Amino acid sequence: MSLLTLPKPDEAILARRDEIVRQLKKLVPDAPLIADQEGRRTYETDALTAYRCMPLAVVLPGSTEEVSRVLRFCHDNKIKVVPRGAGTSLCGGALPLEDAIVLGISRMTRVLGIDETNRCARVEAGITNISITAAAAVHGFFYAPDPSSQLACTLAGNIAMNSGGAHCLKYGVTTNNLLALRVVLMNGEIVDIGGDYLDAPGYDFLGLITGSEGQFGVVTEATVRLLKAPEGARPMLLGFDSPEAAGACVAGIIAAGIIPMAIEFMDRPAIHVCENFAGAGYPLDVEALLIVEVAGSDDEIEILLENLTDIAERYSPRIIRVSRSAEESALIWKGRKAAFGAMGQISDYYCMDGVIPLSRLPEALHRIGAICKAYRFRVANIFHAGDGNLHPLILYNANDRAELERAELCGAEILKLCVELGGCLTGEHGVGIEKRELMRVQFSAADLAQQMRVKTAFDPDWLLNPAKVFPLEGRTRQ
Amino acid sequence: MTGNLRLGFHAPHSSGEIADLLSEAAHAKIPIEVRGRGSKHEVGRLVQTGSVVSTERLTGVSLYEPTELVLSAAAGTPLAEIEGLLAERGQQLAFEPVDLGPVLGGHPGEASIGGVFATNLSGSRRILAGAARDHLLGVHCVNGWGESFKSGGRVMKNVTGYDLCKAVAGSWGTLAVMTEVTMKVLPQPAETRTLLCFGLPDLTAVEAMCLCVGTPFEVSGTVHVQAPLAASLSHPGIAAAGAAVTAIRVESFPSSVRYRISRLKDRLAAYSLSLELDTDQSRVFWEEIRTLRMFAGSDRPLWRISTAPSRAAKLVAIIARTLEIRAVYDWSGGLIWLDTTLTSDAGAVEIRRAIAEFGGHATLIRAERATRASLDVFQPLDLPLASLTTKLKAAFDPAGILNPGRMYPGI
Repeated sequence: MSLLTLPKPDEAILARRDEIVRQLKKLVPDAPLIADQEGRRTYETDALTAYRCMPLAVVLPGSTEEVSRVLRFCHDNKIKVVPRGAGTSLCGGALPLEDAIVLGISRMTRVLGIDETNRCARVEAGITNISITAAAAVHGFFYAPDPSSQLACTLAGNIAMNSGGAHCLKYGVTTNNLLALRVVLMNGEIVDIGGDYLDAPGYDFLGLITGSEGQFGVVTEATVRLLKAPEGARPMLLGFDSPEAAGACVAGIIAAGIIPMAIEFMDRPAIHVCENFAGAGYPLDVEALLIVEVAGSDDEIEILLENLTDIAERYSPRIIRVSRSAEESALIWKGRKAAFGAMGQISDYYCMDGVIPLSRLPEALHRIGAICKAYRFRVANIFHAGDGNLHPLILYNANDRAELERAELCGAEILKLCVELGGCLTGEHGVGIEKRELMRVQFSAADLAQQMRVKTAFDPDWLLNPAKVFPLEGRTRQ
Repeated sequence: MTGNLRLGFHAPHSSGEIADLLSEAAHAKIPIEVRGRGSKHEVGRLVQTGSVVSTERLTGVSLYEPTELVLSAAAGTPLAEIEGLLAERGQQLAFEPVDLGPVLGGHPGEASIGGVFATNLSGSRRILAGAARDHLLGVHCVNGWGESFKSGGRVMKNVTGYDLCKAVAGSWGTLAVMTEVTMKVLPQPAETRTLLCFGLPDLTAVEAMCLCVGTPFEVSGTVHVQAPLAASLSHPGIAAAGAAVTAIRVESFPSSVRYRISRLKDRLAAYSLSLELDTDQSRVFWEEIRTLRMFAGSDRPLWRISTAPSRAAKLVAIIARTLEIRAVYDWSGGLIWLDTTLTSDAGAVEIRRAIAEFGGHATLIRAERATRASLDVFQPLDLPLASLTTKLKAAFDPAGILNPGRMYPGI
């Protein structure tokens, strides 16, 4: 365990473990229930692997009704519950607690219906992100949010964290692409919100629950918007001698009224690692690389790429390379999409997720470099440039406890910088356990109090995914 | 400011003064009508309050970064001022806010930006660009305790803490008073064209609109106006046709628009395609849709119905069996505006009965005060949602002082 601590477990609950397991078994006899040491170990962490904690037990319901029974039982017995999708959270959002049940919905993966006329799909929330698009692709549609973990991550997790992805500059994030949710509240109540139409009546519970990090309820079903896939899409590479020039070029593109599908940025260290890994043909002698992708018919793409070339030339690029084939496009994206894996091959890394106003990019990169230098770390920067969402990767040795703690301090400095520059702590990964104690950097006591009151409205005993999002000190249940 | 909360109209100059007023009201349990510039004052259930707190003197744009697609303004800033500023830099509010001014007896352009988000009224481009709430990046508010709080921020992506922007958007001032809003803005398209079909029956029109939005051509508006209402649109070709009009809009750079229009024409060959509007004509046409010109200058009850496009025409047909109605289908049929003859319940029984059968929800946008006092203006909620609604209200406004009863009794 590193810098962050978990609350002291409730001894009374721990003492009742065997009995709780027996009761759960009786309650949902058809749902896998994992109580043995080895089985639970699979669930002791998520993608923030520095933190581990063995849960009381793990239950994997197969239906909304089963989820409701488990939650009602836990509610009545004051047992904490940590909801879990695929466990790909980078912020410890699915980290268990010793005195909590992990409720995983990864078995609930069915596509319940694809509606071409109303352009939506109704699915069980344990479905993986990519499987929604796979099911919709038969009809020529796709589901737009595309987080890097889309092969593994579940829609439920995407909803909990309001996940984004490389293409959200154009298509929005999870919250912009949902029409309906079936949610089980902590007391077991099943609530249906929205439908197969564009706006739900009354307060916007759809928007409020999305991004609530599993603290308001467990989402078991959802209706998502489907979009017709564009006729084609093609990226171009723009290499610059400085991050400043690359940043100015992004501003220039947007000022010209062009909103590409994606604008991705890599700095020199990231370019080198990705190129070594993927052989994508990235230039190695530039300080900053942009991947800009546009979509449409062949003619539309040609015109847009010409316009982008004209704009880019004003910022003295070292290289402009337009993809000329599907193979080349795939290769360009392969390098970017493999970035985190490629980086993982050369070093352990700690992935940040701060957001800054684009105009502060040069200053941000400069100061991130200085912070990492002061903490004696190398850093590689990869980010979604169109929306200012930075992913600095701090390279460190995970087996060295002292280094891990230093990396966390370094990361915290970077996130504080993002807030200072007018941005925020997290753009798409969530707060989880990781950024919990930094919330006061961005929010006043009154801001946090209002959020906590909303939490209490949904879950008065704070049993759902506790120990996350809010600093442990100063929690109020007004 | 304590001691100043008398009966009457208050339009403070600062968010701090609003906080003081609300704190005092909460303490004394004095209900407050929350108002922006008052353009939608006559929508909703009647609010029984003696005091009004308006944001109309909280005005001004504090941040506009065109290259970052972001703008912040005090909540009382006129929408027209913001749209004017954006237009100077070739940008716009992509959700194309519906302007209820004309149908409520006022003029267009009188809304405040805070009111736009508080009512989450989104126009035709919602099918492509999202709703008002999707463009709200950050808010500063005062809650029912009189405490100032913020949520969100000024960057495009932000999942830090709960998204309270969504809670206050569309809450009609019942949860908090917005004092500043930060929104995403987008470039205006270089060119717009609109394809018009005349005389399509409702069911066929919805089918044609769904066909178009189901293409990769990023159709940014689909609307079908029934015959008697189409006559009030200003384009002479539409008036001359004397028939229902179905419109399909495409916006992009010029060659792209030409290409997409030609592809859409192929798809629409079977639907008696008759006319094509250029950029200027399109602007006028869609502005008339945005301001609901078809329903202006009348006191017939006006409903806004949200449903699935595939059921829209049947829903309207069922209602038309018992009520004399005129309808406009926006969002390919997903949003229906319809007016009906003056009756004691504005047709609520028939309309809500049809909604119960077909799914969706209906809001009574225009009706006499006596009518609004005696029926559910907003769609009544099922029990689990109604219970959550009560709890959420209490989490923002436990004394129930903010626009009490505007949306639902007791909320």
